[in-house]
Amino acid sequence: MYRYDEFDRTMVLDRVEQFRGQIARRMAGELSEEQFRPLRLQNGLYLQLHAYMLRVAIPYGQLNSRQMRKLAHIARTYDKGYGHFTTRQNIQYNWPKLSQVADILAELASVEMHAIQTSGNCIRNVTADQYAGVTADEVEDPRIYAEIIRQWSTFHPEFSFLPRKFKIAVSGAVGADRAAVRFHDIGLFIVRNDAGEVGFEVWVGGGLGRTPMIGKKIRDFVAKADLLAYLEAILRVYNLLGRRDNMFKARIKILVHETGTEEFTRLVEKEFGDTQGGELELPAEEIQRIAAYFAPPAYEALSDEPPALTARRFEDREFNDWVRVNVARHKAPGYAIANISLKPVGLPPGDVTADQMDAVADLAERFSMDGIRVTHEQNLVLPDVRQDRLYDLWQGLRAIGLADANLDHIGDIICCPGLDYCSLANARSIPVAERISQRFADLSRQYDIGELRLKISGCINACGHHHVGHIGILGVDRKDQEYYQITLGGAPGEDAAIGAKVGAAFPATEIVDAVETVVNTYLAIRMPGERFIDTYRRVGDAPFKESLYDKAA
Amino acid sequence: MVQQVVTGNRLSDGLVIFLGEDGGWTPKIDLARVAGTEDEAGLLEDLAKAAEKARLVVAPYLIEVTEDAGTLKPVRYRERLRAYGPSVHPEFGRSDVPDHFRMGVEAAGEVDMAGVAG
Repeated sequence: MYRYDEFDRTMVLDRVEQFRGQIARRMAGELSEEQFRPLRLQNGLYLQLHAYMLRVAIPYGQLNSRQMRKLAHIARTYDKGYGHFTTRQNIQYNWPKLSQVADILAELASVEMHAIQTSGNCIRNVTADQYAGVTADEVEDPRIYAEIIRQWSTFHPEFSFLPRKFKIAVSGAVGADRAAVRFHDIGLFIVRNDAGEVGFEVWVGGGLGRTPMIGKKIRDFVAKADLLAYLEAILRVYNLLGRRDNMFKARIKILVHETGTEEFTRLVEKEFGDTQGGELELPAEEIQRIAAYFAPPAYEALSDEPPALTARRFEDREFNDWVRVNVARHKAPGYAIANISLKPVGLPPGDVTADQMDAVADLAERFSMDGIRVTHEQNLVLPDVRQDRLYDLWQGLRAIGLADANLDHIGDIICCPGLDYCSLANARSIPVAERISQRFADLSRQYDIGELRLKISGCINACGHHHVGHIGILGVDRKDQEYYQITLGGAPGEDAAIGAKVGAAFPATEIVDAVETVVNTYLAIRMPGERFIDTYRRVGDAPFKESLYDKAA
Repeated sequence: MVQQVVTGNRLSDGLVIFLGEDGGWTPKIDLARVAGTEDEAGLLEDLAKAAEKARLVVAPYLIEVTEDAGTLKPVRYRERLRAYGPSVHPEFGRSDVPDHFRMGVEAAGEVDMAGVAG
């Protein structure tokens, strides 16, 4: 993985000390809350409903065991013993004390981590496909370019005060999109053109929130050397023309929408005429230098499906289910990508205790060449596991309560913190997720239902990605009561779609029943082999509306 | 006349606090000083502004409360969550939660968001 050089190290340490001073001035009364707020946000520190919240960046979702142990140590020492993995490959601590935040940041810096640009109107943590570098269906490893973008965007003086926050995602996969790339301000797919050169397909103006939009493709191919020059051109157009008069219309998706894709593209290309070939040109040697950090480890010469694995799968049905559902194909024969679901039945999605973090670090060291990934679906991945060690890994995960075999099923719910923590939320989301996962706790029922992406947000800002859930749930406040709207038909990936509201919202006491009604309706009308989303696309929302709202039916 | 108390987040750790009977700030809503008239509410606001200046509290504001079984209960559910929540992770939760705010996982997957729901 990438290692800090002296510039990175100095920059991060300087920032810790700068913020330490700002905190001291705030505590001493030299800074008002109004003056302090933008400073703390630039360091990832929010003031939420019950406490401060610190959002720590995990660039492109990659961690090693030393970093994971540090995250555990922070949870144990400075928080209440747990952390929350988010939909942006970050981790959030819900209970840090202001007086200790600089110490936390110094601890993070000691393992090359930070909270810089995890808030504020700047370019946020760059996210990537969690299977980067280990999946067979990949043109090139997106982490290389995510790291290059991270270096370019960190403290970029021109883009420190954008009209609004700005999120970039990169994927190198062909056909599959595991990073919701089309729902980012800029989404990049690494592609190969007809001449056999590798470059980037560029999507702009995607996003969720108040006005969900699928991004628009504005370029089929940007050469590697031009990557930063092209990104700079997009950001420049946005920085100049993006709206600053209305926060709700300030994201680039609104600019692209209001300007029109064609005209927006023309403006970017015009700007690119100025930036191309200048100081932002990426020399091949620099790309090579960064790529070396992500060079594949020395895989042993192994075969797929070793007898040890086959025998265990035959003997142990639960293990077999876990392999079938949570384990993905690796590019190297005899290896596997193991997903760790952070969605145990009846518990908050994405939450991990300090002890679990330590245990996952140990397992990564023993079984995954020290590597861990964090996914935007609030799960973890051990990317480099020998297939003949999967059984031992699974037993290790069972021992810490993280062996739920529910990946991409109804129990694998994405869920924002909601009104249990978040000062922006209108309703709680975690209790709804907990109760849905309890209602569908039976795994054989989940497998019968098949792939089903259920996503819950506690407000219209859509941190829980409800718009792209096959079933989406949005918490709303109706006359000081928690109500929940259901959307159907969204999809985050290669078949990107925005879900449509199915009808009137349900009170808290009825939302789990309503979800079950939707699922049962699908089960009753699905054709053989159809997933929930396939059935929905075939029949539309009429049968679901009828079963939800037509009491006579 | 509605009853009001003043609340905010403590500067040092962000915890939810209420302006108390004794002029100090307390995490326990039952110890909060209650204003029954506009004048009293205005006084609470003045005291809160002074506490904000003294760097004890961030962004204090008035909330409406009712008396329920001998305890003060915020009228709005958002404020009930602030006063007693979060409603998840009972193992990390508070011990001074009144009966009308029941937390935790309800039996058999039944959705019961009591306490907050009403």
